[in-house]
Amino acid sequence: MLSDDIRDPAIRTGTPSTRPGWLTPSWVMDRVGELVLTSKTPLWWWVCLALSFAMLGAFGFILTNIVQQGVGLWAFNIPVIWGVDITNFVFWIGIGHAGTLISAVLLLFRQTWRTSLSRFAESMTLFALAVAGLFPIFHLGRPWLALWLVPYPNTLGLNPQWRSPLVWDVFAISTYLLVSAPFWYMALLPDMAAMRDKAKNPVVRGAFAALCLGWRGDHSHWERYHTASFLLAAIGTPLVISVHSIVGLDFAVSIISGWHQTVFPPYFVAGAVFSGLAMVLVMAVPLRSAFKLQSLITMDHLENAAKLMLVTGLLVGYGYLMEAFAPYYAGHKEEVALFNDRVAGFYAPYFWSMVVANVAFSQLLWFRPVRRNPVLLVLISLVILVGMWLERFVIIVTSLYAHRLTSMWNPSVPGVWDIATIFAPFGLFLTLMFLFIRLLPLLPIHEVQEVIAEGHD
Amino acid sequence: MATSQANQLYGLVAEFHDAEELIHAAEKAKAAGYEEIRAYTPYRIEALSKVLGHRENLLPWLVYFAIFVGIVAGFVMQYWSDVINYPINVAGRPLNSWPSFIIIMFELAILFSAVTAFGGMMVRNGFPVPYHPIFNTPDFDLSSGTRFYLCIKVTDRQFHLQRTREFLQTLNPKAVNEAKA
Repeated sequence: MLSDDIRDPAIRTGTPSTRPGWLTPSWVMDRVGELVLTSKTPLWWWVCLALSFAMLGAFGFILTNIVQQGVGLWAFNIPVIWGVDITNFVFWIGIGHAGTLISAVLLLFRQTWRTSLSRFAESMTLFALAVAGLFPIFHLGRPWLALWLVPYPNTLGLNPQWRSPLVWDVFAISTYLLVSAPFWYMALLPDMAAMRDKAKNPVVRGAFAALCLGWRGDHSHWERYHTASFLLAAIGTPLVISVHSIVGLDFAVSIISGWHQTVFPPYFVAGAVFSGLAMVLVMAVPLRSAFKLQSLITMDHLENAAKLMLVTGLLVGYGYLMEAFAPYYAGHKEEVALFNDRVAGFYAPYFWSMVVANVAFSQLLWFRPVRRNPVLLVLISLVILVGMWLERFVIIVTSLYAHRLTSMWNPSVPGVWDIATIFAPFGLFLTLMFLFIRLLPLLPIHEVQEVIAEGHD
Repeated sequence: MATSQANQLYGLVAEFHDAEELIHAAEKAKAAGYEEIRAYTPYRIEALSKVLGHRENLLPWLVYFAIFVGIVAGFVMQYWSDVINYPINVAGRPLNSWPSFIIIMFELAILFSAVTAFGGMMVRNGFPVPYHPIFNTPDFDLSSGTRFYLCIKVTDRQFHLQRTREFLQTLNPKAVNEAKA
């Protein structure tokens, strides 16, 4: 069974159908179920989990030091009040956006090809949010006071400042988490019920029986499930647009030169989806090979994701153009000076790396042979991830360091703690990701089955 | 009708190995006048809901209502906080600066409606339900991806252990089993 899909020439060469014709509902169930229920855990999984877990330990160590010794450990200081931590925050929130795009927006547009990637991408959303949420909290320096951002009756008689985008952020991101999590869990119910029926080990069986909450495939339950998932998709679509727009407003609402631009919210959303799709490809391509899922996550799935990446990449490029156009058009001295400094000043190498990585590299996706080459896709996606991280870094740091009092100019580069803070969060993300791929069905089995049974694609 | 034996039953369950057969069987059972019919499938079959006539109409209305509640709650919370509870002059802006309230009103509308959609699905499906008699059916299995079940409940007015079993046999199932209550 395992090698079936490799032998199938249609998969190796990638014929136009999204899914090979011999796929049956029961094959999908067996193939995906066996990944969860097998007692033989592959060695590579243990190695990857161990490495991720070590990185997670490093992340814990960094955060402990930040709390113990203060945020001054990071190289950036006044006037650069936001350094790598907020860069990371914007980056990780963005990573999550591809998941909601695939699961909600494409569901509304009835794009059935999304089913193969949806579970996987949605999980990525949740885990990326778990990472992202930590940064603003630790950025506070006194993270135990984070609850002051939440409206609750307190002895201080304190209310949040409702006019502040940072408070909007709290609401947007907690809403995003509280909407994504049930959406994700709801789609898992039927699959976990199937795992319950399939499992031989009584402990595994009991665990899935408890987690699936008694799902029994009743036709009226399916109808309610279907209605609820469409409703959640309809709710999730404006939500996903709002979340990164509000992150964009964190910048655009302030009057800092380089931030105060109307293009920010839509440009942030496009960038978020762009980087999220890059992360989906970076994770999906190795996984489909490792688990031999080429017949379920086909070349066409990867190509579709690559096409979306190209579109959002172009939107990001347009955002860069507008960022250049606005200061000259408006003619504000400070804005023009800041833009000139961005492209030719201390941080120019960061700026131009960002442009090359995001705008130039994504143009390769115009070519079909590139879109259908998994290795190239992963490499381009990695470049784009770096580029998108740099984008947030450039926006944040170049605008802040060039204070209007030149005596306060404080150009600094990331130090040891900053660089560690850039990489260590992957430990948390990957640990959760590897646990997920081993413990839960990687694809929404019932959705793929429904698509196959109805003969779509 | 209700014999003592039938009292200990949840229903009679016909097992099919093909979705089409299940849909035809459901149609025939409907035509034969049975009303208390449940179908169990490993994935959603759209045609089945047309045959068995189940549509979910309440949930969307609950969600619309939740959107409305979220918007109102968001405004009331911010208005109360800024105008009534702790009025403070920030750069001469009006206390009731509603344009900046819109975002949190929007987010709360989203949050309330999503929780309602998920919670409504759970409550109306009766989840979590650790036990259900259908699980007593021999070979009840969602994990093959190819087993479909049609259950006629004992509570149906027409239910008769012998006659219903004979009727189900005419639908050409792989098996007809009893689900103990």
